[in-house]
Amino acid sequence: MAIAPGQWREVALSDDEYRLLVEVLGREPTPVELGMFGAMWSEHCGYKHSRPLLSQLPTEAPWVLEGPGENAGAIDVGDGLAVVFKVESHNHPSAVEPYEGAATGVGGIVRDIFTMGARPIALLDSLRFGPLDVPRNRYLLDNVVGGIGGYGNCLGIPTVGGEVFFDPSFNGNPLVNAMCIGVTEHGALMRARASGPGNVIMLVGADTGRDGLHGATFASVDDPTSSHRGVIQVGNPFLEKLLLEACLELLHGDDVVAMQDLGAAGLTSSVVECASRGGVGAEIDVALVPRRETGMSAYEVMLSESQERMLLVVRPEGVARVRSVVERWSLHASEIGTVTDDGQVRIRDDGTTVAEVPAHLFTDCCPTYVRESAESIDTIARRNLDLTTIPDLPSEANAGPQSVAGCLLSLLSSPNIGSRRSIYERYDHTILAGTVVAPGDGDATVLRLRGTGRGIAAAIDCNSRYCSLDPYLGAAHAVAEATRNLVCVGARPLAITNCLNFGNPEKPAGYFQLSQAVAGMASACRALDVPVVSGNVSLYNETGESPIMPTPTVGAVGVLDDVRIHATLAWREGDVVALIGGASPSLGGSEYLAHGHGLVAGSPPPLDLNQEAAVQRTVRRAIDSGQIRTAHDCGLGGLAVALAEMAIASGVGMTMEAEVPGGASGRVDEAWFGEAPGRIVVAGPEEHVEALIASAVGAGVTSTRLGRAGGSRFVASGEIDVEIAELAAAYASGLDTPDPLNGHQPVVD
Amino acid sequence: MRSWVAVISFPGSNGDQDALSALRDEVGVDARLMDHRETTLDGVAAVVLPGGFSYGDHLRCGAIARFAPVMTEVRSFAARGGPVLGICNGFQILTEAHLLPGALLRNRTLRFHCHWTHIRFERHGNAWLSNVRPGEVLRLPVAHGDGAYFADPETLDRLEANGQVVARYCEQDGHLSPTSNANGSSRSIAAVSNEGGNVVGLMPHPERATNPLIGGEDGLRLLRSALEILAVPA
Repeated sequence: MAIAPGQWREVALSDDEYRLLVEVLGREPTPVELGMFGAMWSEHCGYKHSRPLLSQLPTEAPWVLEGPGENAGAIDVGDGLAVVFKVESHNHPSAVEPYEGAATGVGGIVRDIFTMGARPIALLDSLRFGPLDVPRNRYLLDNVVGGIGGYGNCLGIPTVGGEVFFDPSFNGNPLVNAMCIGVTEHGALMRARASGPGNVIMLVGADTGRDGLHGATFASVDDPTSSHRGVIQVGNPFLEKLLLEACLELLHGDDVVAMQDLGAAGLTSSVVECASRGGVGAEIDVALVPRRETGMSAYEVMLSESQERMLLVVRPEGVARVRSVVERWSLHASEIGTVTDDGQVRIRDDGTTVAEVPAHLFTDCCPTYVRESAESIDTIARRNLDLTTIPDLPSEANAGPQSVAGCLLSLLSSPNIGSRRSIYERYDHTILAGTVVAPGDGDATVLRLRGTGRGIAAAIDCNSRYCSLDPYLGAAHAVAEATRNLVCVGARPLAITNCLNFGNPEKPAGYFQLSQAVAGMASACRALDVPVVSGNVSLYNETGESPIMPTPTVGAVGVLDDVRIHATLAWREGDVVALIGGASPSLGGSEYLAHGHGLVAGSPPPLDLNQEAAVQRTVRRAIDSGQIRTAHDCGLGGLAVALAEMAIASGVGMTMEAEVPGGASGRVDEAWFGEAPGRIVVAGPEEHVEALIASAVGAGVTSTRLGRAGGSRFVASGEIDVEIAELAAAYASGLDTPDPLNGHQPVVD
Repeated sequence: MRSWVAVISFPGSNGDQDALSALRDEVGVDARLMDHRETTLDGVAAVVLPGGFSYGDHLRCGAIARFAPVMTEVRSFAARGGPVLGICNGFQILTEAHLLPGALLRNRTLRFHCHWTHIRFERHGNAWLSNVRPGEVLRLPVAHGDGAYFADPETLDRLEANGQVVARYCEQDGHLSPTSNANGSSRSIAAVSNEGGNVVGLMPHPERATNPLIGGEDGLRLLRSALEILAVPA
């Protein structure tokens, strides 16, 4: 069947891309081949716009066992253990069907981890929504959280961390980024490289249906709501749990030589990638693929994105053993093809060849683009806005809204700062009995590694607002913040994974954001010595004319040599409180400006990466030595919010003894609520805090003794005098999620 | 000879490894996983039905697991007075199997809840309660979507009269309050037993509270009863 003129546009290939396809193939493609090229050359699979930029990112370090290119990255954490992790987006599906979109996002990233031979031990998520006063956004939040919990809880993988941020730019285009962490022994790491011509290709897990047809292609175009109808996948975590256990059991033997999950672009992508990575060919017959629907064409089978499926490359003598293991887990395994030595991906339909393409054409010949880049005039204007015209706060105690205390209460009860308890309590975060620092208790999550004395810490961060005002600086901040959060629990940051969520790269302003952010991220990764070991790119996050705030999410993982020695947010009665790091707070891009003045404006705070590294090193050493057990970085809302959060977490008040360290302008609001990187509040016994201050100053890090923890009030310089209970009540109302059965009283005697 | 504790793995059980590890590594008894297709409990001194989502919670939590082959043996084991402990999904399975009275309904909020809670023990007895005193409060995590214990008032009265109410959700000091009963259980019930006291179901997870490092070790107070169970000759 010939390809009709323009038919390639249905699989989102441009006229030029189709011409290139015909040129490299040396002929017109068959319809199945066209569909396969459409998927493999989509932005989602082919990284057309990001690939030329991503080479700037550092990916190597002595402790990196597996960098980008495999299903997930892997690092050495000592004692012969490898930690495998990756973050991935499921934005477009979640915009349309939030519960299933988020659930299958979790399912996909979990498969990436156990495909590597690692047992998943933790999930984190990074979410973005429009403001909660829009009912649709509340619906999206509720269902995305429900979907993440519904899938992860059933799998028995604790969801231990995350972040959520609200801004109108995410109206209609929420972001759902899920990160999974797994652990295995070095020698047990599995790669997805087919090898050994004659080896058998087996498909394990769910039957194949028409769900998710063209998901990869449509994740790469604007306006998800019109494009995604009918292409949403539905998750089955029960099936995934069986698949997980079956696959991990199979990896104990030598029968399976490669494993590749079926994610975006389904069978097409997994067969092509497996063959291409291994430098071999593959031949499959779609008639051998078990279906859940009748009448499916070869094209549909090759492009289905049915969930919970896994491709195995198995030695011929091991097929029976593999089948028996799989069947013991109540699943079935089908032999659908073989590995060949001719480098061709050959697809048959009941014997008839419907596609025959050299594997490398799909992966190596995908066009890449360097687009025109120009910052939007609007962004420049916002960044240059004169912030000095904003009235300062009075420097005396008063309870009104326009006072330091009033602003503090207001910020604590705002959606971007308030407690996330109503979200993380819907996730099972205690299963596996390994959660040492739980959600809400520290700046990062700490997990123990059973069988060793070690722990790992994980955090996921990005300040989308900083990135919208200055993508280079904002992306660098994301790396600094994520690693700082690890340091605040006492971990040594080792590596990061990233998820680049951006708008349309074909627009100059969109490409500017993407290219600047990657460059900024690369500079921070180098300075802080954290390579990027895995990642994902999600572009075209635009509804109509409004792109999202660029969001290069950073998931960071670090190690604690002795997991018993760590830090949390909570201080103790009588502790001395100090601020380590002397960066000047700034109102530019702050939550205070956005929440209190409705302004996304100014330049985000400057980031001195050398200072950042020095602050992180100093605080980590103090925690690692066992002298400091309380640390919290100053994030959204600045120093005032950081101190209030520590008081709330511990239920112990604090009295400032020093003047609050402010910025050059001398403004009261800037000193309390201005934001700056490299600032960590610590608390502990007087001699230990004084020793830390001395060592910080010795390392060139300005540090200030702030005051003492104690009592039940937060008292400061005559500007704040509030009961902790009042702060806690404000903080608890941040997401203001109404009880679905409000008015119903629990039953008690 | 009865010498070991069987932790039953159903398809979709996900608390089986935690229960196994708590019993074997923290309590120090001989505990082993047992497949749901097993048809004999020879040598088994006690049975633990762990938490999780057996059969994906399809149909109803525990409704399919009750038909697993091993459950025939668990039923006769329980009838002979053998100690059976159901944790979370295991509790749900035991009610579905009619080894325990009542049912576990959707939480009052209609949402999954994971947090640390306190439960007050109401009785002391054989099997699983040998280490806890009436009035004793333990701090344990819960993690469930369907944990609201329900039975009709007559059944509840009978359970109270028979001493089958094993534990209730409470505040740290042991008093009952609307907030301590987060899932909306009838009379704040967190754990019940059968009439013989040998079959116990509880919603909180003692196997996740076995070390101060992970938030507490109160779970060991309960699980250490396995030591006494194994000490009793068959």
